[in-house]
Amino acid sequence: MAMTMQVDIVSAEKTYFSGLAEFIAAPSILGEVGVYPRHAPMLTRLKPGSVRVKKAMSDEEELVYVSGGILEVQPDVVTVLADSAIRGADLDEAKALEAKRRAEEAMKDKAAAYEFARAEAELAEAVAQLAAIQKLRKRR
Amino acid sequence: MAGGKEIRTKIKSVQNTQKITRAMEMVAAAKMRKAQDRMRTSRPYGEKMRVVAAHMSRAHPEYTHPFMSAREGAKRIGIIVVSSDKGLCGGLNTNVQRLALGKIKGWEKEGTAVDAAAIGNKGLGFLQRLGANVVSSVTGLGDTPHLDALIGPVKVMLDAYSEGKLDALYLFYTKFINTMKQEPVMEQLLPLTSEKLAGNDGIWDYIYEPDAKNVIDLVLRRYIEALIYQAVAENMASEQSARMVAMKAASDNAGNVIGELKLIYNKTRQAAITKELAEIVAGAAAVG
Repeated sequence: MAMTMQVDIVSAEKTYFSGLAEFIAAPSILGEVGVYPRHAPMLTRLKPGSVRVKKAMSDEEELVYVSGGILEVQPDVVTVLADSAIRGADLDEAKALEAKRRAEEAMKDKAAAYEFARAEAELAEAVAQLAAIQKLRKRR
Repeated sequence: MAGGKEIRTKIKSVQNTQKITRAMEMVAAAKMRKAQDRMRTSRPYGEKMRVVAAHMSRAHPEYTHPFMSAREGAKRIGIIVVSSDKGLCGGLNTNVQRLALGKIKGWEKEGTAVDAAAIGNKGLGFLQRLGANVVSSVTGLGDTPHLDALIGPVKVMLDAYSEGKLDALYLFYTKFINTMKQEPVMEQLLPLTSEKLAGNDGIWDYIYEPDAKNVIDLVLRRYIEALIYQAVAENMASEQSARMVAMKAASDNAGNVIGELKLIYNKTRQAAITKELAEIVAGAAAVG
């Protein structure tokens, strides 16, 4: 039997995957990383993309789309802490401003910067989602 | 004594109220189940985050993130008050507001300024009435908490802390214990206390990508967000439970009122009949 590790893919709003796996590939911010069991402890940021999990004792692969997050690797446990929202420095900043603005109750003018940053982040996510779908199709 | 017709109208109106409260009770019961499920599904993420943050605090002694270092003599404190958007949920919001009010008064007495963020309509109203310095807010969350909506107000507070404008950050919300019991609580978010992260040992470090500072900052921010998200989810479960209990009590009370009114109505009716009979008998006696 091949070596296995516990893999959990969770976000604040739901659990995507939890189980034993032989291999996992995740879109790190510096490029895709592949992790086999007994990997050295590692902590890395993820960018939008798909996480590939090769499940233990089956040829099946699980494909989970994440819009960013954190990958934590320990010898026997791999955890993907996925973001449940579309994130981005500009977007977060815009949201913070939005919250402030709401508090000040200057409800009149819509912040154009907010809309633009949001559209930009949504576009990036849509592109990554398309890539994930294409990957899925190729395998069928 | 009131006439029969007035009492009948009154009974009708109380019955209508009871119908409404009973419907609200059932809606709250259905929503409560969902809210509790959501509260539970968000737990693994928070738990994993806590474990990662705990590892990190042990593994990386040469760099202390500002979130982790305690500051002496807090001059300005940030609070986040989580409340419901709607009322009719018993003492839920009042309790958490009372707790917050006590703490705020205490801090003000010590000369500590307070910056507040409101999550939920009721809390916002409370803070505004109080004349607190509300720096950010989010309302109208609906029945499902979305992290998306919370990022803004949380970031405002975290940034203020990073810049040194705030020396501590506290969170007020209603903790869900069970359907009958919810408790207002205050939690310290920043600086991160070590007992919250305790539980792991061993001396080893991660490989950080792209670099340690960057990743640690991200993890800690996400961790705080996860804590707040969890608090909002718990608050929503508490809200629905509290509403269900409050509406059940209201329906029961309405039932009691209806019972009493019916008794009065019947007595009045009986009295009227008796009076009429007495008159007829008296009339017959006079004629005969």
